Amino acid sequence: MANFETVIVETDLLILGGGMAACGAAVEAAYWAKQNGLKVTLVDKAAVDRSGAVAMGLSAINQYVGLKDGKNSVKDYVDYVRNDLMGVTREDLVANIARHVDSTVHLFEKWGLPIWKDENGGYVHEGRWQLMINGESYKVVVAEAAKNALLQDGVGEIYERVFIVGPLMDGDRCAGAVGFSVREDKFYVFKAKATLVMMGGAVHVFKPRSSGEGLGRAWYPPWNSGSSAYFTIKAGAEMTCQEVRFIPVRFKDAYGPVGAWFLLFKSRATNAMGGEYMVERKSELEKWGPYGRVKPIPANLRNYLGMLDVQDGKGPIFMRTDEAIQKIADTLKDDPKAYKKKMKELETEAWEDFLDMTISQAILWAATNTEPEKRSSEIAAAEPYFIGSHSGASGAWVSGPEDLQTDETKKEYFWGYAHMATVKGIFCAGDASGASSHKFSSGSHAEGRIAAKAAVKFIVENNSAPKVDQAEIDALKAEILKPLDTFAQFKGATTDTDVNPNYIKPRMFMFRLQKLMDEYAGGVSSGFATNKAQLERALELLAFLKEDSASLAAENHHELMRCWENVHRMWQAEAHVRTVLFREETRWPGYYFRADMPKLDQEKWLVFANCKYDPKAGTWEMLTRPILHIYPQPKEHELLGG
Amino acid sequence: MPSYVNPEKCDGCKALDKTACQHICPNDLMLLNKETMKAYNRDVSMCWECYNCVKICPTQAVEVRGYADFVPLGANVTPLRSTDSIMWTVKFRNGMVKRFKFPIRTTPEGKAVPDGGFATKGDLNSHALFTEPDSTGLPALYTLTKH
Repeated sequence: MANFETVIVETDLLILGGGMAACGAAVEAAYWAKQNGLKVTLVDKAAVDRSGAVAMGLSAINQYVGLKDGKNSVKDYVDYVRNDLMGVTREDLVANIARHVDSTVHLFEKWGLPIWKDENGGYVHEGRWQLMINGESYKVVVAEAAKNALLQDGVGEIYERVFIVGPLMDGDRCAGAVGFSVREDKFYVFKAKATLVMMGGAVHVFKPRSSGEGLGRAWYPPWNSGSSAYFTIKAGAEMTCQEVRFIPVRFKDAYGPVGAWFLLFKSRATNAMGGEYMVERKSELEKWGPYGRVKPIPANLRNYLGMLDVQDGKGPIFMRTDEAIQKIADTLKDDPKAYKKKMKELETEAWEDFLDMTISQAILWAATNTEPEKRSSEIAAAEPYFIGSHSGASGAWVSGPEDLQTDETKKEYFWGYAHMATVKGIFCAGDASGASSHKFSSGSHAEGRIAAKAAVKFIVENNSAPKVDQAEIDALKAEILKPLDTFAQFKGATTDTDVNPNYIKPRMFMFRLQKLMDEYAGGVSSGFATNKAQLERALELLAFLKEDSASLAAENHHELMRCWENVHRMWQAEAHVRTVLFREETRWPGYYFRADMPKLDQEKWLVFANCKYDPKAGTWEMLTRPILHIYPQPKEHELLGG
Repeated sequence: MPSYVNPEKCDGCKALDKTACQHICPNDLMLLNKETMKAYNRDVSMCWECYNCVKICPTQAVEVRGYADFVPLGANVTPLRSTDSIMWTVKFRNGMVKRFKFPIRTTPEGKAVPDGGFATKGDLNSHALFTEPDSTGLPALYTLTKH
């Protein structure tokens, strides 16, 4: 076996990940850990300053409820999220995040994040829930507060460049995590009383539209590889909404954000003939139950109408940037000086939107001589992503808070500690927890804080060191380092280390996964449509892939990480395929289409579709959970919201 | 090639144990070639063009060339990041140049105070987080009114 030193780290609270949720967890945990004499350990596979989905920066905060201003209520946010997800959401979780998110945003501002202000000192809203920011250093600022909190008074410690592979178990309780350094010959065993899973969602499970260099230009970052889902699935935790993937419509190819254009600049999107799919295809909305009548129209239905245009050969679809900017500036056309100033201001805002968070789109504009105030740019549906923090919903099934329940919901949604998975000692936030969409960066941070406080309470009330069998650690070490051994054993069998009948390298392993998901599970090339026979074929091919994962080979630490990232993606893929197969209807037509079950079935499928893997038996169980409301609502109102 | 390194400018971060770009890359792509003592991007098709290597490089040796499979040649976008702002130079394929400057933070570097100056209250059994309710701007944390 590869000669790696085993490093055992004993701690109380283990935070896995370094993104927005993990930084929220760190800043909150530090306070409660200090009060209770506990130790906190954070482990990130990258550098906390610039890790996670906000590593590049962000041009907006997408969740701010503004409760103190009295314009929105927690219930308003819950209604908005439930409608956008076609009725499938955990109201208790969404409400819990919504009541804490303002606090997190106010902290961001104190920490140094520049939030745009209007002439009266109020926040500038991009939309009802969105705030505009100068967000180039958003992650740097949030990470700084987390590090300052954790490293003061010796409360905590941070391990960077340590890749977490999976859970360490003590019977039915999580006892920590195992992984390895991507820089040194070290195998890490983190023993903890509670473990916070905050390692993001999954990219590159499906084949992306670009497959050359542009493979890396995923909308969500390529380093988010399904590590959260793998961790909770392998620990035996119940998972929810694994079918609810997200397909963003973005500026074509470089995936620049569209939010500012639609919400702030009020731009229209039109097809090649100048037609507006949101107007021309309005009647299509009637097929999607009450959700076709709600405002704002659910993201997946907006996607779907645009997709229908493309399928009918009416593409490209254009974001009418020129028209939108002109329309705003025209309000000042009688004052040439003010007009010129406004045009400059709008141009700057348009470029900052990309430069803050999708610099590639700025390069693409420059490389195609595109000045947004002069010509439109194409938009298109990207590929599917697993991102429970956005308009997707996939993640672990977690307990809600005790006080945001009715007697009825409490029986289904509460089991002791807020945002704890069904496995004792595992807490989830951000993309790791499901059925609580639209938390974005700020809500993920808030949820990280909620989960961290609940985890500290769990430790105080269950303060015993987990027991871990040395034989189990040895077995995990051998399994995790095996790709290095496989490579060492067989590398001499051919003259090209990438082509060898004895093993598969992680890159081709990923392509195999992407091809089967693309073709059988409703990826880009199959027009996001699938059916029972195709999904069953996907499972067959996934079974071969899973067997071959034992033959992955790695030449170095970096490739070892790539091997395990792709194993993580494969498990996310399997949970997805099984759940799409299980839910016999089409509920989110702009995310995927069950061609054999093309309609919404409110009677049977207005439920959560959950799944659970049994690590001992190696079997999956599929189950439904009821959708219950925490606010009393009359029937039509209940469905329409607001 | 997404990010690339200009060998004239890269000094391998001299005597440091790892280069700045290697330290920061979120996807573990930047690497130091120990023979030439120059950094390089080991897998350009996994690069997100997040520019963190570009922004952190002490000698401005790292640049980005847009993805060759869909971006026409000839443009470049270059940041100059200071402690409180960032200046971008956008050069178009047709030679046009635009320049933008944006603030990046309102506090001195390293000085983010965890509680943000809000009052903290330590009741592990309440639903309020450590700076709440003060940081919410409301007198009490929202809860469900029983019906």
